[in-house]
Amino acid sequence: MHWSTIIYCGIITYLTRFSTLFLLKEDILNDKTKKILSYVPSAIFPAIIFPPIFLDSAGTIDIENNPKILAAIFAIIIGYFSRSIIATIFVGLISYWFLIFVYYQ
Amino acid sequence: MNDRLKTLSRGIIDVSPLMIPVVPFGIIYGVIGMELGLSAYMTFGMSIIIFGGASQIVLLQLFSGGASSLVTITSVGAVNSRHLLYGAVFSEYLSHLKLTWKIILSYVLIDQAFAVSNTYFKQNKENEFKHYHLLGAGFTCWTIWQISTILGIVLGSVVPEELGLSFTISLTFVALLINDFRKFKNIIVMFVSGIVATIGYNTIPFQAYIIVAAIAALLVATLLTLVTLKKN
Repeated sequence: MHWSTIIYCGIITYLTRFSTLFLLKEDILNDKTKKILSYVPSAIFPAIIFPPIFLDSAGTIDIENNPKILAAIFAIIIGYFSRSIIATIFVGLISYWFLIFVYYQ
Repeated sequence: MNDRLKTLSRGIIDVSPLMIPVVPFGIIYGVIGMELGLSAYMTFGMSIIIFGGASQIVLLQLFSGGASSLVTITSVGAVNSRHLLYGAVFSEYLSHLKLTWKIILSYVLIDQAFAVSNTYFKQNKENEFKHYHLLGAGFTCWTIWQISTILGIVLGSVVPEELGLSFTISLTFVALLINDFRKFKNIIVMFVSGIVATIGYNTIPFQAYIIVAAIAALLVATLLTLVTLKKN
């Protein structure tokens, strides 16, 4: 990792926050654009979530005996009902530890 | 207490409950940065320079996969594109401010600060010092994020790798989506993104799978939005 990459990422992050605040005098994005922008987390986060869960270290899809899939499903169920960020992360992590250290041993 | 201070402390109080999940998120970020072999300076420097949890963790993940700088920077830009919405919504309340204010406030315009200040601005349009609310909320987030990054860096040097903490990257992003699990259209968009990324991980060159998956999923989101608007 180079400092330059970090600095460029910092600049682009800053610009996405600054640009519309600086350029627009009032809120001119129409409802359609806002609706589509509201989908951005749903469109991007799964691309970060899925590959490390479903792919093994060699990069092939691994569905059998994959503790990460089960742990992620537990996390999703807890997240759905509790709507708590902390509970989701901890249940996922604890069930993952249970699976790798107890169940699969 | 004068109005500026009152509004500033209101911002700090309003955002405080949202800081509870930020602490483990920051610790996870610090731990993973250290596990991937970054220096403590670099891990902490990212928290100061970028100041965005999702962006920083994406950066780490792409770094560990060996992505090029160009792909990394574009992916971080894609993750951040939701901030365009925040600036646009706030321009209505803040466009009269001096440039210096806009420069400072943009640095701390993150998800949590947007959420609480947006509610406050709607209810307190006449407050001439309402931007102090965002200042208080934003810099509270900033302080908590820096402290929890440092905690993570300290812990990262003692936590054994066998614990598989890199799995918490996936978990934190799952947690950030919990409010969208009840929306059917969002779930469709999530599956498109996840499936394209998983298949594309090995087939799309330059580790550009996040960008390609995001574009595919946003196209589906656009189609879904257009179809729903037509029906109404």
